[in-house]
Amino acid sequence: MNLKISALDYVQEVKTGNISAEDFVAKTLERIKNVDDALHAFLSVNEDAITQAREIDKKVKSGKKVGDCFGMPISIKDNICIKDSKTTCASKMLENFVAPYDATVITKLKQQDAIFIGKVNMDEFAMGLTTEFSAFGPSKNPWNTDYVPGGSSGGSAVSVSAFECIASLGSDTGGSVRNPASFCSTVGYKPTYGLISRFGLISYANSIEQIGPLTRTVKDSAFMLNMISGIDPNDNTTIDNKNEDYLSGIDSGIEGKKIGIIKEMMGDGIDPAVLTATKDAISKLESLGAICEEISLDMVKYSVAAYYTITATEAGSNLARYDNLRYGYDFSLEGYEFNSYISKARRNFGPEVTRRIILGGFVPSAGHAGKYFLKALKVKSKLTKEINEAFKKFDLLLSPTVPILPFKLGEKIDDPISLFLVDINTVTANLTGKPAISIPFANSNGLPIGIQLMANSYQDKHLLQAAHALEQTVSLPEVSL
Amino acid sequence: MTMIGLEIHCQLTNLNSKLFCSCKANYRGLEINENICPICMGLPGSLPRLNQEAVKKATIIAMALNCSTPEKIAFFRKNYFYPDSPKNFQITQLNIYGDTSVGGTGSVMVGDKKINITRIQLEEDPGRLIYEGSSSKNQITLVDYNRAGTPLVEIVTEPDFETPKEVRDFLNILSDILANLGVADPSLEGAMRADANVSIKGGKKVEIKNIGSFHDLEKAVHFEITRQESLHSREIEIIQETRHWDDKRKITVSSRSKEEELDYRYFLEGDIPWVTIDPEIKTKLNSEMPESISSKKERYVSKYNITAQVADVLSSDKYYSDLFEESHTESNAKEVANIITTDLMGLVDTREKREASKFTSTHLKELADSIQSGRISRNSSKNALHEILKTGKNLATVIEELDLGNVSDESELSGIISQVISEESQAVEQAKSNPQTINYLVGKVMQKTKGKADPSLTLDLLKKQIGI
Repeated sequence: MNLKISALDYVQEVKTGNISAEDFVAKTLERIKNVDDALHAFLSVNEDAITQAREIDKKVKSGKKVGDCFGMPISIKDNICIKDSKTTCASKMLENFVAPYDATVITKLKQQDAIFIGKVNMDEFAMGLTTEFSAFGPSKNPWNTDYVPGGSSGGSAVSVSAFECIASLGSDTGGSVRNPASFCSTVGYKPTYGLISRFGLISYANSIEQIGPLTRTVKDSAFMLNMISGIDPNDNTTIDNKNEDYLSGIDSGIEGKKIGIIKEMMGDGIDPAVLTATKDAISKLESLGAICEEISLDMVKYSVAAYYTITATEAGSNLARYDNLRYGYDFSLEGYEFNSYISKARRNFGPEVTRRIILGGFVPSAGHAGKYFLKALKVKSKLTKEINEAFKKFDLLLSPTVPILPFKLGEKIDDPISLFLVDINTVTANLTGKPAISIPFANSNGLPIGIQLMANSYQDKHLLQAAHALEQTVSLPEVSL
Repeated sequence: MTMIGLEIHCQLTNLNSKLFCSCKANYRGLEINENICPICMGLPGSLPRLNQEAVKKATIIAMALNCSTPEKIAFFRKNYFYPDSPKNFQITQLNIYGDTSVGGTGSVMVGDKKINITRIQLEEDPGRLIYEGSSSKNQITLVDYNRAGTPLVEIVTEPDFETPKEVRDFLNILSDILANLGVADPSLEGAMRADANVSIKGGKKVEIKNIGSFHDLEKAVHFEITRQESLHSREIEIIQETRHWDDKRKITVSSRSKEEELDYRYFLEGDIPWVTIDPEIKTKLNSEMPESISSKKERYVSKYNITAQVADVLSSDKYYSDLFEESHTESNAKEVANIITTDLMGLVDTREKREASKFTSTHLKELADSIQSGRISRNSSKNALHEILKTGKNLATVIEELDLGNVSDESELSGIISQVISEESQAVEQAKSNPQTINYLVGKVMQKTKGKADPSLTLDLLKKQIGI
């Protein structure tokens, strides 16, 4: 049995009876057992997966209506709630937190007969871009286990690229889906803000983050989007997409489309291999009939600073609820006065989370807000204006997803500032709410390179069409592990 | 000069659900921590779901208090750690980045004095702390989250009050207005709370918090003025601070100085998009707004010729005005008003009595009509009212069971009158010479009938028999 098939192929195979969901799920579990000690993508594995797959096979055989997933095994980032199962955010703070409800995306996938094969690793509370900040140990890049898989949805990208599942859901606050997708050679897609409900996604920086799929192909991402997008009464920020079918017309091509190449995302510090790959992508797109032209976006150089200021502020507030009073870990509060209790109880956060909470207490505080937080909001609004202007001229904007190649574990963990710069190409889509996707495009000495396309708000369908066209121009190796 | 300003918090108790989830807005009478869900407990992954009805009700309050209402409103997070706050931030509103709270500046008349409103904001109530244990050593703090997330409207006034009495009068008027709007029941325990800030002779502002009732608020303000005057007379500096009202000792106690003030790190609540309240919605809300107290009062006086004093009582209490509206007709309006203000008021002057009473507008209408038609006397109607409040039985049953009906049978009444005439010969003679004194005889007939004789019929028959 081939575990490497795409989601759409899997569905076809089970539908036609060529394979059974049970066999596929059993093989997948076996694969996890064999490779995950080395990769550490999973934080927990679904013990009932086989039983669930058997139920789906029964439905298929008896001719009953089966949901669109046909028992497809999907991994879920451990900051998305699944009822009655642990949702840890890879934090000691929530080590034993069992979610009492399903996230909206989980409800929707359950209705489509998906099987959640397990919860996957991440940087604690999604803060980081290497998965090294997981309280339960880092994940490894399946292309070379000495290297980081990217983050914060590292477990998602690893599990998809190493064939431990067919697709995964991650979350993207500043590139957390696209960055590991690029480092692990999978598709990673962050939709327009509001397209997918965040209900049940544990907030880090709620005003800019989205749940997004990591898949083998662009078509699979469109397929996932069809199932999980749409307005949700439980999330007031969702938008009505009128049940758009993102798969239909995905072969439309990009002839005549205008693509802007963002100058500021290909400048200082870019790895030569990444630059070469990006130039190659541009010429491939041109050969498909796209018109590519350089564009300069002035505000991009301030975007990372603005991003960290805004996310720290929101994180400081969103993570304030973890005071261990209503749920959490074992810790007796006897003998403490409230303030000393709070500071003691919150020492279970890891170093990066603590750093951002401290920053989040400072940048919006009285006397400092004008210099930091309010200025960051100004950058955000100027950047949005600039991007909106750009989309009057261009249909799409292109850049490498990450300016550098994957690096070794431990290489940058003690240098948070240099890590921050890895975000330079991805944060713009979050700050402006635009959809963006990372497409696997090249491989340099066994390390993957991804290309990012960005589109205007609600142009997700056109973005996926373009991404699909670019994807068709390359043939890439698979993980050999 | 004494300057007093108020911050009034009023729960929108008439709503079905909390501000951001579907738990009950009125949590009273429920078991501790029964009225909670993942949203109002701020569980990881939960998101606020704005109660649109709360926005409407808050806007109605803003309009009723003559406040400006912005086209778009926004919510902000107020960040602070406290065990009654499940998220450790409160979702509230703020006007420092432009007017985005449900209400801007407005005003309320208290007698001839105009009290200016600074702003009105919609926010969530926190949970409630319960302290147990006898001494501070073994004291434990328990938290009841039933109240957490209850929709709360905060009304902030300018420091326009000069005396505790003005504060009290304003709060009474405000409470009547809110009840009349049908948005809240301010008489519910804890539904309406107020903090005050007080300064004298242009000195520093002192904020008083933790005041349990309006009665205590008046006392607290009074205490604080006296305290500040005493400091001032001894030339001791009054510092800017927050003081708590100590309910047991009836004094204010310093809780934090300006230097210790919390930094709330306000910022926009991204989980709730801006809400547009366009002119059409405002027009619709305006048209649905209940008639104001002052307009009711005016109508009662002009249309039914009810005295201004009675009309004032009737219109300002929603319970009475609702009863009046539901039971009066063109012809019985004055009688209905009369029953409410002379008989009923003393019997249902508290919320508990109103809740316990079985009295309805149908009863009131029957009573008024029966008095007017002479079926029951004014005197007997009081007894009937008592019985109805207790039992809820209809008037006809009560009249029959308690034998309260007027004696309006001519032959029966004639018999009684003959008896009185024979017993009171002297008075009869007097009446013949001075018809004014016939009332004495009417009274005697009333005595014999236990007040049930139809007064006008009695008079007619008496005159006839005496021959005057």
